[in-house]
Amino acid sequence: MGIQFNLDNCTGCGNCVPVCPFGLLEIIDDTVKLSEGCNFCGVCRDVCPCEAILIEAVTEVPVVNDDLRGVWVFAEQWRGVLKSVAYELVAKGRELADTLGTELCAVYFGSGSDHTDELITAGADKVYLVDEPVFAENQEDLCVSKLVEIIKEHKPAIVLAGATSLGRSFIPRVAAILKTGLTADCTGLDIDAETGLMLQTRPTFGGNVMATIICPVSRPQMATVRPRVFKKGIPDKNRQGQITKVDFDKTRLTSKTKLLNFVEDIKEKIKLDEADIVVAGGRGLGKADNFTILAELSAVMGAALGSSRPPVDEGWIGYSHQIGQTGKTVCPKLYIACGISGSVQHMAGMQTSDCIVAINDDPSAPIFEIATYGIVGDLFKVVPMMIEKLRG
Amino acid sequence: MNLIVCLKQVPGTTKVTIDPQTNTLIRQGIENIINPFDAYALEEGVRLREQHGGKVTALSMGPLQAKKMMRDAISVGADEAVLLSDCAFAGADTWATAYTIAQAIDRLKPYDLVICGRQTIDGDTGQVAPELAAMLDVPFVACVSQVEDINDGVIRVKRMVDEGYEVIETSLPAVISVVKEINVPRLPSLRGLTRAKIATIPVWTVGELGVDESAVGLAGSFTKVIKVFFPQRISQAEMLSGDLENQVATLVNRLKENKLI
Repeated sequence: MGIQFNLDNCTGCGNCVPVCPFGLLEIIDDTVKLSEGCNFCGVCRDVCPCEAILIEAVTEVPVVNDDLRGVWVFAEQWRGVLKSVAYELVAKGRELADTLGTELCAVYFGSGSDHTDELITAGADKVYLVDEPVFAENQEDLCVSKLVEIIKEHKPAIVLAGATSLGRSFIPRVAAILKTGLTADCTGLDIDAETGLMLQTRPTFGGNVMATIICPVSRPQMATVRPRVFKKGIPDKNRQGQITKVDFDKTRLTSKTKLLNFVEDIKEKIKLDEADIVVAGGRGLGKADNFTILAELSAVMGAALGSSRPPVDEGWIGYSHQIGQTGKTVCPKLYIACGISGSVQHMAGMQTSDCIVAINDDPSAPIFEIATYGIVGDLFKVVPMMIEKLRG
Repeated sequence: MNLIVCLKQVPGTTKVTIDPQTNTLIRQGIENIINPFDAYALEEGVRLREQHGGKVTALSMGPLQAKKMMRDAISVGADEAVLLSDCAFAGADTWATAYTIAQAIDRLKPYDLVICGRQTIDGDTGQVAPELAAMLDVPFVACVSQVEDINDGVIRVKRMVDEGYEVIETSLPAVISVVKEINVPRLPSLRGLTRAKIATIPVWTVGELGVDESAVGLAGSFTKVIKVFFPQRISQAEMLSGDLENQVATLVNRLKENKLI
């Protein structure tokens, strides 16, 4: 298992050295040397002109088991309202189900209000509905046990969930119990035409590299997707679907955790990861007080206020505003980056935005590489002009 | 209290730059560091031991070079540090990683609390901690920003969620993951540095853990990476021209034309 070098073939050309995502390769005395930590990703093998690098092939892919059918989407609600990511997943799940020629099922855990009609008009063929008071607060332990139970019963091929705080916390436990693979924060989901397997693409190694991942043997194939990565579909009021109510046995499924209190973050009226427009500031703002002009611009535009990492580290603005690899991922229609140079970590959290406006006084700032429109100039002049224009 | 803190050594990515000619990463000279979120986990473990007594064991899976990080963990207050290292562990996905760590924790029993960082900055999945909890069959609380109380086998924590924060109570043993708001990690003390220098870091291999090679590393992973590629960045930016006043006017027009505002 693993990587081998055929040193007789190696010419020491060094093609492999810069491509290693971990920087593990070097050329010593005209031959390649590998440090510890290889993940067998195969990038070096692909660029080697001498076939000197061998990596044991991926396990043979079995024929997809016909007993395992259906694409499932966990349709998350918050206080009886479906989260936008649920619609986004239904739209993507519909594509996958159509490619596979199978059904799309949404799983809804909630209390009192049910959104079965909305899920069907959005694209689901079937809705598994668990309507129980305990799910009003999305009790995680119970979400885990109940989802495991119904997946075991119906054996779907694919299960998708939102990478929300609930999804990130409970779906990995479902995958662990089912003994199956789970790919976090996918930005691309497709079906491989030959094998019928789901191709799960995600940024990795700090958002610098994209990896395509499969789950060849175990089922279901599971993936999470951050909100705003996929687009919602257009609802079709004429769509018909089937609603299946699923019982919940309170005596059998219990929770060791108890929610004592919840305090809503009311400081922000517009949620960063659900906003259509995001105005974000970076190191170029210089100090905490200067966020007020961005707050003004975002108020005029009806935008949410974001930040790159340096202002958060400096304490100019709270962590809940941080966008990037270790903060939130956003995918608004319009992203306005003010005084943000564009580190790879920041861009990993916003580069899928529909339209990116970059305002920076450094014309060589990397943010301009991914921008739709760029203004090279002092943000303290540009932003007030924008506010004035938009107000007028 | 018997506390276990899970650590991972990651490349210090703050220095990562992209070679504009080849569009590849320049990684030379990048040091490996403790995953930043794990540093908060370790500090919290040490603080809880200071309040409640007991022992903090740092636990990591990785190449032998991670021994240095384990010594660093001792220098800031861990009592013991165990490194899981074996060629067979390489290439593990989150399931195989969690499985291997769960087997090690099984050997460290009894334990009260396992503390992890919310995610690593290289893999960035945040999946190992909840998978670990499920495998250990204990409760899990993600994104803890404050441990409010531990009493009589029950822990009460404040944790961050998308909509705000929650106060949650659960029974011990449990697994929690922590966010950076939870504390400010301390610097090593002189005494700690001395302890770290002389400490023995046990290395547990497949043999020590008594696990099957087929259940760990790449072989034990349910997911397989089939392709790795660099995202293509071809700049298509329209750089606006004219004086700033004009540029702003053009920008606002463009945004209106495209119905973005």
